[in-house]
Amino acid sequence: MRYAMAIDTKKCVGCSDCVVACQLENNVPDGYCRDWIVENVKGKYPGLFLEFRSERCNHCDNAPCVRCCPTGASHIVDGGIVLVTRDECIGCCACIESCPYDARYVHPKGYIDKCTFCIQRVEKGQNPACVDVCPTHCLHFGDLDNSNSDVSMALKDRKWKVLSPDAGTRPQLYFLI
Amino acid sequence: MDEELIVSGRHIPNIDPYLHVWHWQIPLYLFLGGLAAGILFFAGYFVVTGKQEKMKATVKWAPIIAPFVLVIGLTALFWDLKHKLYFWQLYTTVRFESPMSWGAWTLMIITPLSVLWVASYLKEIIPTWDWKVVWFNRFESWLIKIRVPMAWVMMILAVILGIYTGILLSAFNARPLWNTSILGPLFLVSGFSTGLAATIWISTDPAERRILSRIDLVFIVVELFLIVHLFMGFLAGTETAVESAKLFLGGSFTMSFWVFVVILGLIFPGVLEAMELRGLHVPKWIPAALILFGGLMFRFIIVEAGQISRFLN
Repeated sequence: MRYAMAIDTKKCVGCSDCVVACQLENNVPDGYCRDWIVENVKGKYPGLFLEFRSERCNHCDNAPCVRCCPTGASHIVDGGIVLVTRDECIGCCACIESCPYDARYVHPKGYIDKCTFCIQRVEKGQNPACVDVCPTHCLHFGDLDNSNSDVSMALKDRKWKVLSPDAGTRPQLYFLI
Repeated sequence: MDEELIVSGRHIPNIDPYLHVWHWQIPLYLFLGGLAAGILFFAGYFVVTGKQEKMKATVKWAPIIAPFVLVIGLTALFWDLKHKLYFWQLYTTVRFESPMSWGAWTLMIITPLSVLWVASYLKEIIPTWDWKVVWFNRFESWLIKIRVPMAWVMMILAVILGIYTGILLSAFNARPLWNTSILGPLFLVSGFSTGLAATIWISTDPAERRILSRIDLVFIVVELFLIVHLFMGFLAGTETAVESAKLFLGGSFTMSFWVFVVILGLIFPGVLEAMELRGLHVPKWIPAALILFGGLMFRFIIVEAGQISRFLN
C-alpha cells in the first residue's frame, strides 16, 4: 500500500478551502497551517504562465525528516504516511531543517507538527479533509498500488511533476500539469 | 519573471518568510563543542606521546575549563529544545542515521570523562587537596594508573565530537550550504584550532606556547584550504549549490564571513603566530582571542546562512 496525492494544477483556483478544511479537521492552532497554496507566475507579459499548487507534506519515500530524527519520533507508518509521535518528540527541529518543502512547524505546545494525510479519516476509509472539501475536485487521494484508486486514475493519462526531485526525497505529491 | 507566492496567507513563526528555527543556541553549542574537543584532544595527545612534563598547561590546566565549556554547551542545546520535558527520549535509543543521536551519546560519555580527567590531576593542580574519603582516594589512584587508556578514549571521542558538530549540519540535504561533506573536517579543524588557542592563552610557559603555536599554524592553513575547497565544490556544483555559495560571494554574508572569519579569525592571527615564532613579541592573548572570535563567528554565520539556502523549485 502506498498512499499518495495528485493535485491538478489546471483545476486549482487557489481558493484556500483545503487550508481551512485542514485547520478545522486537525485543530491547527491559530496562525499555523499544514497545507498552503502557492501561486507561481512565470514568463513575460503578455505570455504569462500561471500555476496554482495546493502543497503540504510530501510523505516522501526517502524521508530526510525520519532519517535525521534523533529519537525516532518521526516515523513512517503502513501506507507510507510520515507521522510524528508527540511524546517522543524533543523539539530539536532537526526534521524542520531537513525538509526541503518546509512542511513542518513547531506547534505552540512544543512538539513538531505537520500534515498527516488526515490519518484519522483515512483509517476509516475516508479521504483527507482537504480532498473532500475541494470545490473544483482538483485533489485526488488514494493507494498507488491499487490501479483503480482515485489517485492512480488521475495519474494514468496526465503529465505530472513532483517538487524538488533533485533533493532525492522521492516525494508522493504529484502535481498534474 | 518567475515568482512564487504563498497566496493562502502562510506566516508560520520561524518558518516564513525564511527558515530560522535555530537561533543563537545552536552555533554557540557548536563552538563550545569544538572548543572542548580541541582542548581534550591535545591533553590526551601529549599524555599518549609522553610529553606531559613539557606540556603542563595543555595536559593539566586547560582541561579544567573543558567540563564547564561542555556543560554550558549542553545547557544551550537544552535551551534550544522546544519540547524540553521530553529530552530524555534522546537516551532511549541510538539512531546511527541521525548525527544528533550519536552526538548526544558522545556528549553523554565525554562530559563525565573530562571531569574524571581533571579529577585525576586535582592533587597536582591544588597540592593541598584532600578527598577526605578513602574510597575517593582509591578511585583517584586508579584513575592515575589508567591515564594513558583514558587519554586514548578521550582523543577518539574528541575527534568524533569535533567532526559531529559539522556532520550535524551536513546531514541536512535540504539546506544546500550545509550539505557538503567538507563541513565535517572543516568544523573539526576549526574546533581543534580554537582548543589550541584557548590552551595557548592559558599556558604560562613560552616553550609550550611555541609548540602549540606551531601546531595551530598547521591547523589554520588546513582550515583556509578547506574553505577554498568548500567554495570550489559549490561553484562547480548544481545551481542550488552555486546559489548558496553566492550568499558569501556578493550576498548578504560576504562582509561578515570574509572579514570576521577569514581575515580577522584566521589570516591575521596566523600571521601573528608566525611572527611570534620568528621572535617578535606578540601578547599571547591577541592571536588566541582572534581565533576564538573567528571560530564563534564562523559557526553563527554558517548556521544563519545555511537556513536561508534552499532548493529551487
